[in-house]
Amino acid sequence: MGMTITEKILAFHAGKEYVEPGEIVKCRVDVLLANDITAPLAIKEFERLGVPLFDPNALVLVPDHFTPNKDIKSAEQAKTVREFARRHRIPHYFEVGRMGIEHCLLPEQGLVVAGDVVIGADSHTCTYGALGAFATGVGSTDLAAAMALGETWFRVPPSLKFVYTGKLKPWVGGKDLILYTIGQIGVEGALYCAMEFTGPVIEGLSMDGRFTMCNMAVEAGAKNGIIAPDEKTAAYLEGRARRPYKFFRSDPDARYQAVYEFDVSQLEPQVALPHSPANARPVTEVTHITIDQAVIGSCTNGRLEDLRVAAQVLKGKKVHPYVRLIVIPGTQEIYRQALKEGLIEVFLEAGGAVSTPTCGPCLGGHMGVLAKGERAVATTNRNFVGRMGHPESEVYLASPAVAAASAVLGRLAHPSEVVQA
Amino acid sequence: MIEGRVFKFGDHIDTDLIIPARYLNTSDPAELAKHCLEDADPSFAKEVRPGDVIVAGVNFGCGSSREHAPLAIKAAGVACVVAQSFARIFYRNAFNIGLPLLECPDAPRIPAGSRVRVDLQSGRIEVLDTGEVFTARPIPPFMQEIIAAGGLIPYVEKRLKTR
Ligand code: SF4
Repeated sequence: MGMTITEKILAFHAGKEYVEPGEIVKCRVDVLLANDITAPLAIKEFERLGVPLFDPNALVLVPDHFTPNKDIKSAEQAKTVREFARRHRIPHYFEVGRMGIEHCLLPEQGLVVAGDVVIGADSHTCTYGALGAFATGVGSTDLAAAMALGETWFRVPPSLKFVYTGKLKPWVGGKDLILYTIGQIGVEGALYCAMEFTGPVIEGLSMDGRFTMCNMAVEAGAKNGIIAPDEKTAAYLEGRARRPYKFFRSDPDARYQAVYEFDVSQLEPQVALPHSPANARPVTEVTHITIDQAVIGSCTNGRLEDLRVAAQVLKGKKVHPYVRLIVIPGTQEIYRQALKEGLIEVFLEAGGAVSTPTCGPCLGGHMGVLAKGERAVATTNRNFVGRMGHPESEVYLASPAVAAASAVLGRLAHPSEVVQA
Repeated sequence: MIEGRVFKFGDHIDTDLIIPARYLNTSDPAELAKHCLEDADPSFAKEVRPGDVIVAGVNFGCGSSREHAPLAIKAAGVACVVAQSFARIFYRNAFNIGLPLLECPDAPRIPAGSRVRVDLQSGRIEVLDTGEVFTARPIPPFMQEIIAAGGLIPYVEKRLKTR
């Protein structure tokens, strides 16, 4: 019996020829990640062990959630992380002004490569599956244990295969595909499973679009999302990978718990209504809903391609008088490139606010928290109760194109209402 | 053996409901416990007593990897969570920090506010007022090892010594 890409990567890191779903394996880990919220807890637990880090090079620390520090307590948390990094001479500690949202930053910096096993004390660690790596979120204590051991345990997940065929309409991309998929299978539709995204539409998708899709695998309950590496992956890794990489692919006779086929030729831009990422609808059905804020950013859609699409919609337009547009480039590098390409100019001209990279409003931290009764369209990944602020505020998840068009019209909008593709 | 009152919640209770991000500027369990589940049930943190049990539907603990979620529940005094299913990161985290979880397909039929006796070993859940018995899936052997060691960190300490 063949193996899936997920099974192959886990087997390789467990030093085994063959693994099968359900089996518990101990795997070597290549990269460990934590942020300003989860690292302090991990550090506390790790220090209880009183042993050295298995490899200071393997640990990546990114204070991105409440930074630049939003209050005294968050400043203390960031300080804990900073001091730990200095004490242990962690080379991959990223300070404000040189950082980015972790899941945009690690691939960009070549810290995660194809074939890796990555655990991060952040649920959206699954983003790196887009590079053909096995990457999954864990808690702080799991991370602390791996900081000491250099390995962790996994139950090998059964794989679900998603095959996307057809030709995407204008303004439809990775975000729409994943919102639609979660809408089809539900937020527990992939519980404990690997989501493997395949088919001609995925092959045609840019790396940025692939990151967006894998990023939201956890929103369907998945352990990881993954895409087979190809020439686009190779081109992306070229010049940035800091370690040798290895391409794994699923065998033709690999076993899947289920196979879903979606012809997405007719797919419209999607919006997930409150309070579940599975409440996906075509935007055309909800254009009567007015908004108070539009957020373009986050580890889901804060990459260069996302900012380009948003700028394409916003160029020469003005943000609706009743709307606050907040644009947050995912990393310092993306920010700089967007500046060079004139995208930042477009956002400022339109009347938007542009922030230094941070998670900020995505988790209701700072930089755009919502008041009672307010509504935001956001390119983020969660619209749970209270996610962006007051428990009675609402978040509508959408692509950068839809968020930008909605910012202009003051209500949820199809991008073609604002501009021709 | 656990004995306590049942606090019921529905499906997909996410980590933002369990402990909203606005309180994540600390990892002090006592601080977190004060706000545990406050957006789902504002009176929960005040009413829950040591030994009480949370009973919920599917996908409990979905969302973020924040270990602050099981920490808040544990520090609030909850002795165990019984649900139809759990989100996977929450599942690992809870055992790692010493909060036991039981998967019980019939969880929604356990009456709210009732007193229950829970046996973690066998997965037997008895409603004391009526005598009705529910059965949860046994805790997997690997998780039992972690519980027996007293959590993941003591488990790792043991492993480090033997290697
Ligand atoms: S941008 Fe949002 S989802 Fe992504 S890591 Fe930050 S808080 Fe989490």
